Amino acid sequence: MSVPRRLILGSALASLALAACSGSSSTPASSTGGKARTLEEIKSSGTIRIGVFSDKAPFGYVDAEGKYAGYDVIYAERIAKDLGAKVEFVPVEAASRVEFLETAKVDIILANFTVTPERAEKVDFAGPYMKVSLGVVSPEAAAITAADQLAGKNVIVVKGTTAETFLEKNHPEVKLTKYEQYTEATNALIDGRGDAWVTDNTEALAWAAGAQGFTVGIASLGNPDTIAGAVTKGNSTLRDWLNQHLVTLGEEKFFHSDYEQTLKPVYGDAVSADELVVEGGKL
Amino acid sequence: MRHSGIELLFQGQNFLRLLHGLWVSASIALLAMSLSIVLGTGLGIVMTSKNRVVKFVTRAYLETMRIMPQIVLLFLVFFDLTRYFNVNLDGWSAAVVVFTLWGTAEMGDLVRAAITSIPKHQYSSARALGMTPWQVQRAVILPQAIRRLLPTTINLTNRMIMTTPLVALIGVVEVLKTGQQIIDPNRFAYPDGSLWIYGTVLLLYFAVCFPISRVARLLERRWS
Repeated sequence: MSVPRRLILGSALASLALAACSGSSSTPASSTGGKARTLEEIKSSGTIRIGVFSDKAPFGYVDAEGKYAGYDVIYAERIAKDLGAKVEFVPVEAASRVEFLETAKVDIILANFTVTPERAEKVDFAGPYMKVSLGVVSPEAAAITAADQLAGKNVIVVKGTTAETFLEKNHPEVKLTKYEQYTEATNALIDGRGDAWVTDNTEALAWAAGAQGFTVGIASLGNPDTIAGAVTKGNSTLRDWLNQHLVTLGEEKFFHSDYEQTLKPVYGDAVSADELVVEGGKL
Repeated sequence: MRHSGIELLFQGQNFLRLLHGLWVSASIALLAMSLSIVLGTGLGIVMTSKNRVVKFVTRAYLETMRIMPQIVLLFLVFFDLTRYFNVNLDGWSAAVVVFTLWGTAEMGDLVRAAITSIPKHQYSSARALGMTPWQVQRAVILPQAIRRLLPTTINLTNRMIMTTPLVALIGVVEVLKTGQQIIDPNRFAYPDGSLWIYGTVLLLYFAVCFPISRVARLLERRWS
């Protein structure tokens, strides 16, 4: 008796496994087989796959209704609209963004992707649509508004951030107090254990907007890093289209209106759009 | 104005989204575990072989799966199969494949251990009664081995469920990732949201793992 039953169980599982495999082969992902799709192939398929963050508000996140939203997502939706395609969002993590492009599992990554020389060897970046640099948070009563005021001051940084490396390299005259975590750093600032806190300016602005008595006296310290869309290495038709598209969007100040919708509610009036937004694909 | 994070659970589709995430986690872990039990039992029987080559090959497979972090396996199956062999699995299928490869190895070793733990004289006695080697396995050894396997198999199942959050890295949104998606946009308006959401995720994991342990305990009592 037990033998046929075992056979039935076995074949049921086998067919489940088969169903799983055939299910995957019917998705559009498999039709490309690891090779980047050209602009024409995307247009004729009617769907563009864009990798975005799903838990990094206000850049890419999912709202309470389960819909994608944020600064990057609005740009992605506009790309799809102007290509005449439907957008399929693929949730990506910071650690796997390059791999998603290398294997062409997405057509474009728009996940707050900072342009670096190391990444540029593996993917092709389009023109930037945002810039980030360091911000300096200080108490309103003793606001620090220029870089030379930092000399001799006790400055709080979080270990391993770009703020730490930047200050050590470019401002050795500044005394650093290092903490492991963001909450430790902000608590230290509130307690007066430092004169200022240096961190990514988006983080600085968002935190100062919600805290009492603190201001971002310097919103961009040092050279800004740029944030850009990226495509699979060698996918020039898509990248050229994106760059051309950025010029068109620049004419209508698209990213300023994107900023108004997504970033302004978080950063408030402490910063102007021009400090974060890049129009036309050029700094 | 400060809100309590518990409100997040009832906003929009949030609770349904968590349940859907739980279904994704459970479907990967339980399907992979079912496949692992079937394949692992076969592997375990093969592993008891005295043949040196068979021993070496199965041992190598087991150790490879054990030493390699699951996240590396996920990247190999999801990205590198596409890169080098043009096999393009979606995230969910890749996760089932990886967890089955890993589970089969672990399960194989558990089955091997359970079989070899049956005293030798039982083989000899059964053989002396005129049973074929296959009959000995089916009627004498395996029924006892399965009883000894139960606690360790449940342990492996629960470990597998707990390992599923890794699949977020290949774009599969499971229950923990869903929780993070709910916490993140609300981190300023609901500073204590993470406590409530992570607490709920904990309860959801418990809701899956606890019944499995209960059933196992019932079976263990019945068989003893």
